[in-house]
Order: sequence, then C-alpha cells, then structure tokens
Amino acid sequence: MRLIAEDLACRRSGRRIFAGLSFTLEAGEALTVTGRNGVGKSSLLAILAGRLRPEAGRLIAENVGERTIPECLHVVGHRDGLKGALTAQENLSFARDLLGDADLEPRAALARLGLAHAAGLPVAYLSAGQRRRVALARLLVCRRPLWLLDEPTAALDVASQDALAGLMRAHLSDGGLVIAATHQALGLESARELSVEAFRTSRADLAADPFQVDSSAEAV
Amino acid sequence: MGRAFLAVVARDLRLAGRIGGSGALSLVFFLMIVALLPFGLGPDLNLLARIGPGLLWIAAVLATLIGLDRLFQADEEDGSLDLLSGAPAPLELLVLAKVTAHWLTTGLPLAMATPLFGLLVALSPTGMAATSLTLLVGTPALTFIGAVGAALTASIRRGGLILAVVVLPLMVPTLIFGVSAADAALGGTVPFTTPLAILGALSLAAGVVGTVAAAAALRSGE
Repeated sequence: MRLIAEDLACRRSGRRIFAGLSFTLEAGEALTVTGRNGVGKSSLLAILAGRLRPEAGRLIAENVGERTIPECLHVVGHRDGLKGALTAQENLSFARDLLGDADLEPRAALARLGLAHAAGLPVAYLSAGQRRRVALARLLVCRRPLWLLDEPTAALDVASQDALAGLMRAHLSDGGLVIAATHQALGLESARELSVEAFRTSRADLAADPFQVDSSAEAV
Repeated sequence: MGRAFLAVVARDLRLAGRIGGSGALSLVFFLMIVALLPFGLGPDLNLLARIGPGLLWIAAVLATLIGLDRLFQADEEDGSLDLLSGAPAPLELLVLAKVTAHWLTTGLPLAMATPLFGLLVALSPTGMAATSLTLLVGTPALTFIGAVGAALTASIRRGGLILAVVVLPLMVPTLIFGVSAADAALGGTVPFTTPLAILGALSLAAGVVGTVAAAAALRSGE
C-alpha cells in the first residue's frame, strides 16, 4: 500500500491547528510524527484514521483494492479499546473476529509481547504497561498494512520497547507502513521524521506564551 | 460480515454476564415500580386488575431506560467504538448487533418476568399472558428507539437524563398500542390481534429506522 496525504489542514474548536501538510509513504516506510505537546500530532493521526474530517486536503491510499483507508489500518492510542472485564485473550479474539484478516492466534501474539502468562487474566487486573502490550498484540492478530501508533512506548519498559521496535521492523520488511506520533526514539533507523511544528499557521506565535501552549495541549 | 455481527453480540452478552450490569438492575427496578404501585393506589384488587397492563407497561418503559445510557457510552470512552468503525462490516450492522445483545439482556427478561410481576397487580392469567406477549413484541421497539438517544448522548458525560427526555416522548406510540393490545385481550370491542399487529409493525420499523439513525448519530459524533 502507498499512502498519500495532500495539503491537509485541521481546525479544532475554531482554531486552525496546522495547514498545508503533505507527505507520501511507500510500502516498507516509517514516519515519526514529532512536535511538542498540543501541536496537533494526535489530530493528524485522527485524520489519517478517518475519525476526524480534515478542513482541507485529501488522503489517498493506493494498491489497496476496494478497501477504505480505515479498513487498512490499526490504531493503538491512549484509548486502548480493551474491555476490562474480558481476558486479554478474549479481547484479542474479539478484535480478530471483528476486523477480519486474521493472522496470529491471540495466544501467540501475546507471547510475542512477553505476555503469554497473562492471557487468561481480565485486562482490568493488568498494569498500564501490560494493557498497552495487549493493545499492541492486536497489531499481530489481524494483518493490516498501516499501523498508526500514538505514543506507542508510553508506559512500556525497556524490554517491551525493544520488542515493539522488533515488531515494527518486521512489519516494515513485510511491506507494511508505520506512522507513529512520539517523543522518544523508536529504534527505527529508516524512519523519516515529520515535524508538525513546520505546518503550524500564523497562530504559531502563541508559542511565546507558555500558558497558551499548555491550554492548547488540553484542547487536543 | 456475519462473523463480525456474532462477535459483537457474543462480546456484549459476555460482558453483561460478567459485570452483572444493567439487565438484572432494570429487572429489579421493574419489580420496584410494580411493587410500589399498590401502596400508592390502595389495595383495591379490581382497580389494580383493570389498570394492571398499563402499570406494567409504564414500568417496563421506565425500566428500559436503565442501562441504555451506557449502551454506546462505555464503548466511546474506552475506544472500542473506534475499533468498531475500523471493521470491514458496516457500522449499522454492528449497531444492530449491540442493540440485539442489549435487548436480549434487558427487554427479554422484562417480558419473561411479567407473569410473575402481574401477581402483584392482581392480573388474571389471561391478562398476564397478554401483557407478557405484548411486551415481548413491543420491547424491541423501545430498545431501538432508546438506542438512537443512546447514540446521540454517547459522548456526553451524565447523558442519562437527557437520554430519558429525548427518548420517552418517542416511546408513546409503542406504549399506546402495547396497552391497548393487552386491554383488548381482557375484553372490549377491538380484537387482540389488531393492536398487536400494529405493535409488531412499530418494532420492525423502529428496528430499521433506529439502527440507521443510531449509526448516523455515532458517525457524526466523532
């Protein structure tokens, strides 16, 4: 698959967040989206995921046949979409049945993230880092070409960060695409960097006032 | 596509079973209202038997509201709704799956429990059977209408009251035909099946309109 973003602009609550943002991502390429808090990283990912309508511009996916963009991607973000009352395995089986394109068995996917022992535990009993790993295991139970990751390393320990980097590398070498909004290095040497700061419109002068920046972070 | 539908139904039934949740609660609420009414109206058995079907129906309408506010809100909060919108199946189908699971855990138990609760308002066996049957046919309409309100208020904190205000007026036609069908079974000039058929039509229409409207509300709320 190839993803082309043309001249995207985003407006939230009446404020222009960014404009004129374009990029092209080929199969096997990774893009890290950077920028300080509130600059619009999550908004950009929401637009890419089809959950937020851009104010202007368009998104094109090539070589995906009849599928729409939301059907080609996985999102792992702050809201993990896991049900606390269900076990890790049940959550993953549900995602597998719902999303289709089945790949690994839930247990095997959990084992890849070092969580095989927690497969039978309700997700509510797991720690924040373990929950995040269960959400990441969803990337493996269904095969989808584009991974949208919002702060994927949040709450992860060093070993899990390495495991995640390994998964992303394997995905890229399989011809997948990764777009990650992050503040930390992800261990992807080949990743290109897209700084949302560069596409902020004239309101960027607000940066002079630290409190304004903070309040915009809340709004996103 | 059928697999996604079944997956959502199975997950919601499993969640309802594991958390306990709204199904049992709305049944208890139903029992509470029905048990309170004789205290308020006095122990006149003839009066209670005459207005019994109406009382049970009003109690059922109110009990339907319990848990309805969490129907989509819980999924909206934890991000499951985003997961649903990424599925290859149309959102309408998944909404239908969620509403079906909700009805199986709330509406169906209400209809099944009605003969028992009918004892509290001195219903005759015919009246119990008729009220139970009308609730079985009519509660899907209540759930589907409620689902539209639930979808509209999914992203509003404490949207439960707004939900009730939005949804209750729309439930009036169902209530009218439900009670008139149950009354017709206890005597009167109208045959039982006429209002019952209209009630069934209301449920079917609500099934279509409610599913499409709730999916549209969820999409626009994003």
